[in-house]
Amino acid sequence: MRLFPIRGGIHPDYRKELASEQAIVVLPMPTELFIPLQQHIGAPAETLVAAGDLVKKGQMIARSQGAVSAPQHAPTSGRISAVTNAPAPHPSGLAQLTIILEADGRDEWAELPEPIADPFAATPQAIKDRVAASGIVGMGGAAFPSAVKLNLGIQLKLEILLINGAECEPYLTCDDRVMREHADEVVDGARIMAHALGAPKVVVAIEDNKPQALAAMARAASAYGNVEVIGVPVQYPMGSERHLTQAITGRETPAKKLTADLGVVVHNVATARAVRDAVRLGRPLLSRVLTVSGGAVREPKNIEVPIGTRVSELIAFCGGFNSEPSRLVNGGPMMGQPLPSLEVPVVKGTSGILALTPEEVNDAAPGPCIRCGTCVTICPCGLSPLEMAAFIRNDKLDAAARLGVQDCVSCGSCSWICPSHIPLVHYFNYAKGMLMEQNREERKIERTKTLAEEHATRIERAAAAKQAAMAAKLAAGKEKGGAAAEEKASA
Amino acid sequence: MTTAIQTRSGPFTHTANTVQKTMTAVLWALVPATLCDLYLFGWPAILLFAVTVGACCFAEALCVMAAGRPAASTLSDGSAVLTGWLLAMSLPPWAPWWIGVIGAVFAIPLAKHAYGGLGQNVFNPAMVARVAVLVSFPVVMTAWVNPHPLFSAGAPGLADAINITFGGKQPDTMSAASALGYIKTELSRGIPVSASMQHVPDMMDMAFGFRAGSLGETSALLILAGGLFLMVRRVISWHIPLTVIGSLFIMGTLFHAVNPERFTSGLFHVFSGATFLGAFFIATDYVTSPVSKLGQLWFGIGVGVLTWIIRNFAGYPEGMAFAVLLMNALAPIIDQYTRPRGFGRTRRGEPLPLNDKVGQK
Ligand code: SF4
Ligand code: SF4
Repeated sequence: MRLFPIRGGIHPDYRKELASEQAIVVLPMPTELFIPLQQHIGAPAETLVAAGDLVKKGQMIARSQGAVSAPQHAPTSGRISAVTNAPAPHPSGLAQLTIILEADGRDEWAELPEPIADPFAATPQAIKDRVAASGIVGMGGAAFPSAVKLNLGIQLKLEILLINGAECEPYLTCDDRVMREHADEVVDGARIMAHALGAPKVVVAIEDNKPQALAAMARAASAYGNVEVIGVPVQYPMGSERHLTQAITGRETPAKKLTADLGVVVHNVATARAVRDAVRLGRPLLSRVLTVSGGAVREPKNIEVPIGTRVSELIAFCGGFNSEPSRLVNGGPMMGQPLPSLEVPVVKGTSGILALTPEEVNDAAPGPCIRCGTCVTICPCGLSPLEMAAFIRNDKLDAAARLGVQDCVSCGSCSWICPSHIPLVHYFNYAKGMLMEQNREERKIERTKTLAEEHATRIERAAAAKQAAMAAKLAAGKEKGGAAAEEKASA
Repeated sequence: MTTAIQTRSGPFTHTANTVQKTMTAVLWALVPATLCDLYLFGWPAILLFAVTVGACCFAEALCVMAAGRPAASTLSDGSAVLTGWLLAMSLPPWAPWWIGVIGAVFAIPLAKHAYGGLGQNVFNPAMVARVAVLVSFPVVMTAWVNPHPLFSAGAPGLADAINITFGGKQPDTMSAASALGYIKTELSRGIPVSASMQHVPDMMDMAFGFRAGSLGETSALLILAGGLFLMVRRVISWHIPLTVIGSLFIMGTLFHAVNPERFTSGLFHVFSGATFLGAFFIATDYVTSPVSKLGQLWFGIGVGVLTWIIRNFAGYPEGMAFAVLLMNALAPIIDQYTRPRGFGRTRRGEPLPLNDKVGQK
């Protein structure tokens, strides 16, 4: 298949070799799990349990609330010790409503929904319902409820389900391992999703730096004519949905549209596997594979971790730190977020935990922009980071918006390459947040205004109607009066 | 910006590249040509070079300290050394010391720090300085000498050199003209190019540096080698050098074909004057050139064409410095019109139209 070039991009130090040869190991069940009610984009789940309740493994403990939401399930059997605010893996470190589960060590399964024996005979709706009930969210990091994304096939005619195995973030190797060790499950899950979407074709895109994963997936896909496995160039951020879609199809997603508008839906490999487990086995999403790596970790590993495990337990499982880490990162080093503490739990979107040494972080105080232009050359979105940053620094958000700051995918390439260490993405995230806020405000004002206007016109209309009625009455009265006079006259 | 940097967004890794490394690479790229030229022009050139670079560093330190910042960290970025170095390369090698010092005053406090320091200046500081001293001291600035290689017969020793550079004792030999200057003077006397070309050094000598001129104008091949080294190291890209040299060559060749009595050949233009130094080291200055590759192409073409025009029609034989400054002034405008096309948008910033054959039901 012909590939298409994508603009810009960088080649960071990948350091995948730290963990790539470590087979996935299963973490022994922790004694305590912390399950936040919001692990996804959208509305938080609503708890179904209270302190003291006994739950079984796989039992739903919080149900989805609203159109974009996802339920949570108990990763093991045990007793709910509290439903309370606890630290969450959000960079702000703010506490979040969390279900705390004390494991009883028996790991007893609850009654699970029936496996769907032949998913391809089932209706797309049945698959989507199962995915929704299983609490599956995008596991590449975005954590968007997968069932909602599977609905895209209803309004749009889809051509390709693109399975994202690019794993372009440095250090992370969990998708690589999942593809190497569970290729059949991933392909099966992908085919099930394609069926639910009504997409005739599945393309699995994997960066060329993962030859074993490419081989394993190609082998697993060889039985199916409509599943194609493609190696894509190693070029960060190849894993960005829009860019991967462009690399595979040559189609450029218009601003403010979705790749689905071009007939392409993108899902992550781990999500495909989770869908397969939910459909074929009836198992909800209870655990995920993630990478613990970085120069400060004694034994980097790929681990299958129950949702709700605290990061500190993972670090201990990996032999602890061999030096004081300079940064703890939730996710990959390019787009991940700073980890507020080791006490936060792993959630469904956690693809990696990194403990980086000062040399790896290579931080320095920002210097002046020397206008080297590299950030312009490498920006995969065709933006001009130095100019946008200059505007934002001077609080000219509108000017930055005109230059397209809202199109920025926050890939971090510009910050990474800036020889002056200017925190460009930080500026852009700030600006995007502020602009969104402004937008919301404006919309609110707009809405209040239309409401007020509607109210006013309603009153006007009512008044006019009243007047008209009055006039009619008056006219009628006159007529009557007139008629009476006439009558009188004629009498 | 009000948000604190502690919750700073990623990335949590960074390229090893720094401003300092970039500047150091540029300095290394200049070393071979500089050594060769210092050897060719001997002690007076060495003294002038040291004075000019020293004065620029000193001026930088003063400016930074006046702004209340520590001088050491700013000096270590290497930009002041580079400015001084490029300025020295553009002076007549036997010019007196005060030319270097006055140049430094124009370059650092006036052309750089008055605009706000590194990254803020609109004009290339070294070229501002060169043009300023050229306009103010035209006689001294056009007193070229033929090469007097170190330790060769007739070359000034250290003591003579001190007299030349610091004592104002310019020897009589200082009457040589640069090739560009010679042809221009001859033309003004009514002697056609075809005749005067017989007397300029042949192309090989020009390429290797055996000719009169400023440090940076001689040994074109070593400058070229340094420029290629910078390209290989990806400090600069081909866009500016190629368009500068290319457009100069095309202009020269075209007009030479039309009127060989009046215009020198394209190749002559490429190998004479400061073409290579300008194309690889001066026009490529990050701060004062456009940031997008498309903008750099336009910028390079502008520099090449303007250089040719000034060399042929203006009062000065060499036009590179003027051309660069003129294009520096245009760089912000070029930047505005050559921004890349945003992903998913048209050149004018509208979202791309949806191809309604795909996607829609
Ligand atoms: S501006 Fe945004 S999209 Fe462009 S490189 Fe920077 S972070 Fe990536
Ligand atoms: S990479 Fe940094 S120094 Fe270079 S132009 Fe962009 S912001 Fe300026």
